[in-house]
Formats: sequence, structure tokens, C-alpha cells
Amino acid sequence: MPKITIPLGPQHPALKEPGNFLLCLEGEEVQSATLRLGYNHRGVEKAMEDRTFIQDLYLVERVCGICSHAHTTCFSMAVEEIGGIEVPRRGQAIRVLVGEIERIHSHLLWLGVAGHEIGFDTLFMYSWRDRELSLDCLENITGNRVHYGINTIGGVRRDITAEQAQNVLKQMDVIEERTKYYIKLATEEPTVLARTKGVGMLPKEVALSRCAVGPLARASGIQKDVRKDDPYLLYSELDFKVITHDSCDVFGRLVVRVFELLESIKLVRQIIKSLPEGPVLAKAPRKIPAGEAVCRYEAPRGEDMHYVKANGTEKPERAKVRAPTMANFASVPYMLQGGWLADVPIVIAAIDPCFSCTDRATLARRDGSAQTLDWPALRSKGIEFYKARGVDFRKL
Amino acid sequence: MENKVIERVVTWARMKSPWIIHFNCGACNGCDIEVLDALTPRFDVERFGVMLKGTPRHADVLIACGPVTRQIEARLKRIYSQMAEPKFVVAVGACACSGGVFDGCYNVLGGVNSAIPVSAYIPGCPVRPEALIDGVVKLLSTLEKKEEPAPAVSKTV
Repeated sequence: MPKITIPLGPQHPALKEPGNFLLCLEGEEVQSATLRLGYNHRGVEKAMEDRTFIQDLYLVERVCGICSHAHTTCFSMAVEEIGGIEVPRRGQAIRVLVGEIERIHSHLLWLGVAGHEIGFDTLFMYSWRDRELSLDCLENITGNRVHYGINTIGGVRRDITAEQAQNVLKQMDVIEERTKYYIKLATEEPTVLARTKGVGMLPKEVALSRCAVGPLARASGIQKDVRKDDPYLLYSELDFKVITHDSCDVFGRLVVRVFELLESIKLVRQIIKSLPEGPVLAKAPRKIPAGEAVCRYEAPRGEDMHYVKANGTEKPERAKVRAPTMANFASVPYMLQGGWLADVPIVIAAIDPCFSCTDRATLARRDGSAQTLDWPALRSKGIEFYKARGVDFRKL
Repeated sequence: MENKVIERVVTWARMKSPWIIHFNCGACNGCDIEVLDALTPRFDVERFGVMLKGTPRHADVLIACGPVTRQIEARLKRIYSQMAEPKFVVAVGACACSGGVFDGCYNVLGGVNSAIPVSAYIPGCPVRPEALIDGVVKLLSTLEKKEEPAPAVSKTV
């Protein structure tokens, strides 16, 4: 049978965002897949260099509308590290609280999109209806449904009242009840099982070699969660489990995400129960001293990384965003290979792709000023860097 | 006389069931999830007959979110040209209206009107689903009054 090549995207009902996949097919079987990105590249990193640190917060929030809190928290943690600013404990707690409610909203959103991709629109409608409850919580706490704008350099902009905290707890009870229903549905419903089991296989070794992060890696049996490996904010004091699954397929990713919902609800309850007293904001200088920092944050989609270089002015000299989807896209061509054409949408959706997070550009200047590191040198440099911060990767 | 009746029936049908296509031309996802939100049970625009379609050839209204990036420009124009007449474009969100926070970025052309003509602008960052419903209903009511929708503003076309 002759091979044919078909494009998927940039505009396609299965993709909510523009991206292009070139699928080489033999009959219904996908032989190979090539990925073409960049439709969403806006030049955020360059624009950050022209704005002050406070303005950058609002820009970085708009890198992605779904995990916006992840990006601002990661960026402000990096700036606070350079400036030596200590965030008050209550401020840190509110950051964790908003971050976990955001994870609930993001995972419910994914569950709906996944249901839509496998032709199970009832699940889409149900989970998006329940997602509204988490958006209500966010709106109540921060004042906005999608871009919360609660972070600022040195803490958070609003305190939460006891009444708001009670309201969040009330909503969490409803979401927990619904999550239990989704767990039952994800693990027992025959149509879901038929469409997800054995689809988009990503064995553990491949996931490791392709640097998968977040729920994708955890569904391939890799214990990897920045909240446990390199705890930031108050996560070292909180009790939660890292959910993993060994099935290495779309089913595993579904199970990991629905069980993570329960963990996030648990975290929200803990943080509200032990909300520290005190101020929420430390005063931060307008000009940040020269220095550089890399910060990691466990976004709903995986490890988010921000690099900031300050030069003593009120604007950063360089900022770099490595969003989790960027790391996960390397695994997508492998997962598509050998699968059926009809499974392509759900396999792509299973990494929870976020093209607006991903589309960053890299420019290598060839004037000799840049230093080139080969892979082993980069690796040992990374291990040394994290050892200095008290993280030992040899245990992984 | 007969033509007039047919015209009225067609306008009525168009108003009662506008089919939309949603296209992200460089947005941050914030508006996109709010557009999808409007289709789900809490807001449920299907009660106004609005249906989300997968192909531009079936759609009456193009819901465009986000600033137009240089790479998406050609695609956006192609999608617009594939839609059947009469067609309407709704620019959703501050970025789609004017470029918003990304205005001036090297890879951003500006609002949706820098690539294709726009009939309605819905501001907000991101738009609330209520604002989206209000915008679409207002666009449809201009049809009812048999007025031309807001004049198409275009820089390049």
C-alpha cells in the first residue's frame, strides 16, 4: 500500500490551539509523525526585557491562560531568589492554595477535553460543569476567573478572609464527591477503557530518555514531582502522595490525573486548616540586584522552569521560560508511531498540550561569546548545581 | 415578494442558529477556555442555537482569539476565505481587539483586524463567558434590524 502524508492542523477540530502534525500513514496506521510548532510564538521573552519586573508578572501570566499562576509563581520565585526577598509564610500559603485550585481546574479541563477527543461528550459537559466550582473559588479569592493576578514580587496582593476560606472548603466537598464519580468512570466505564488502554504507549525507558515530565512521566512509572524532589513554598510541610501508574498508556495518564485531583483537594484542605497568620507581602525593591536564578515549579502539566538574569536595573536582562509541554512534545512522535489514525487526537491530548506555553524561540549567537556544553558536561553541571541546593538526583 | 419572504426566512434561520468556528490565532488560551466554557452547561450558548463546528465551511461566525502572529496570518486569511458568505468575525479578548499585552512584540501583527475584517469586538482579558454571549447576541440583533454589521475595519486587506 502506498504511503500517504496528511497534515493535522494548524486548524483542526481535535486541536484547540494551532500546531501542525505531519502524519505519514500506511492505510490507517501511523508510520511516522513530524511536529511543526511556532504558530503561537509571540516573542514574550524578548518583550519581558523591555518591561519592569512588575509589568513582566502580568506578561508572564499571559504565557498561558490555563496554568497562569504556575508561570507567575515561578517567575516571582526566581526574582525573589536574586533579590534575597523573603516571602511571608501566609503569602506562601496563599500561593500554594491558588496553585492547587488551579491544578484542580486544569485537570478537570483536561478530563473534559480527553472525553471530547474519544467521542464521549457527556464527560466533557460533566467535567466542565464541575470545573466551574473551582473557577468560582478562584474568582472569590483572587477576583478573576482565569488570569488571577494575585502574585507580586515579594508575596501576594490580596489576603483571604475566613469567610472565603470556608467557601473554598464547601466547594471542595462537592468537587471531591464528583471526583470520586470520575475515578469510578475512568477505571470502570467500558468505552473509556476501550479507547484508552494500550493506546499511545510510552515505556519508562523512553519516557526517561525523552525527558518527559509531569503526569506523562508519572503515568510511565517515574516518581517525578518537583513538589517532592525540590520542595518550594510550603510543600515540604504538607502531606501528599505522588501518584504514579505503570500502564504507560493513555489510561494511565487518565488515572494519574483523576487521582491527583484528590491529592490537590487534600492539599487545599490542609493549607486552609493551617493557614499561618501574619502579613502576605514583603516589601520588594523596584531595582533587583545583579544576579541570575533558575526556578522550578510543578505546573499541572509538569515541571515549569524559569530563568531570570537581572543586571541591577528594574528590568530583567534575560528571561527564559521552559514550559512543561515543551519537554513532553519530544515523546509525542514516539507515541503516535504504530498507532491508528483515529487515536491521534487522544494521544496528542493525553500530554495535555499547551502550545502557547511551548512556542518559545532560541537564538544561538555565533560570535564566539557563547560557551558550548556537550551533554555529559551539561549533565554534571546540572547535578552540581542542584547538589549545592540540597537535591540529590542519584536517588531517582 | 417571494424573494423577500425567502430572505426573511433565511435571516430568521441564521439568527436562530448561528454556527461558530473557534480559532486561536496566537492567544494564551485564556479566551479559548472561556469560549469553550460558554458552550458547557453553566452558560450553555446552545440554548441560543449556537453550535461549535469543526470546519470553516460550515460556520457563519469566526470566533478569533488572540493577537495575530506572523506565522498564523496566512492561515487565518485562508480560514476566513473558506467560510461561506455572509460571514462574520468576532474578535474575542483584548489581544484580538488591539494586540493587548502583546502589542509591539516582534512576532505579533496586532489585533485580528490587521489580517481580516472584524464585525464585533469583545474586550476583556480574558473575556467572561457572559460578555461573549452578550457580544454574539448583539451581533445577531444587528442582523435582525437588517442593518449592516459594524463596518469592516482592515489595515491590510
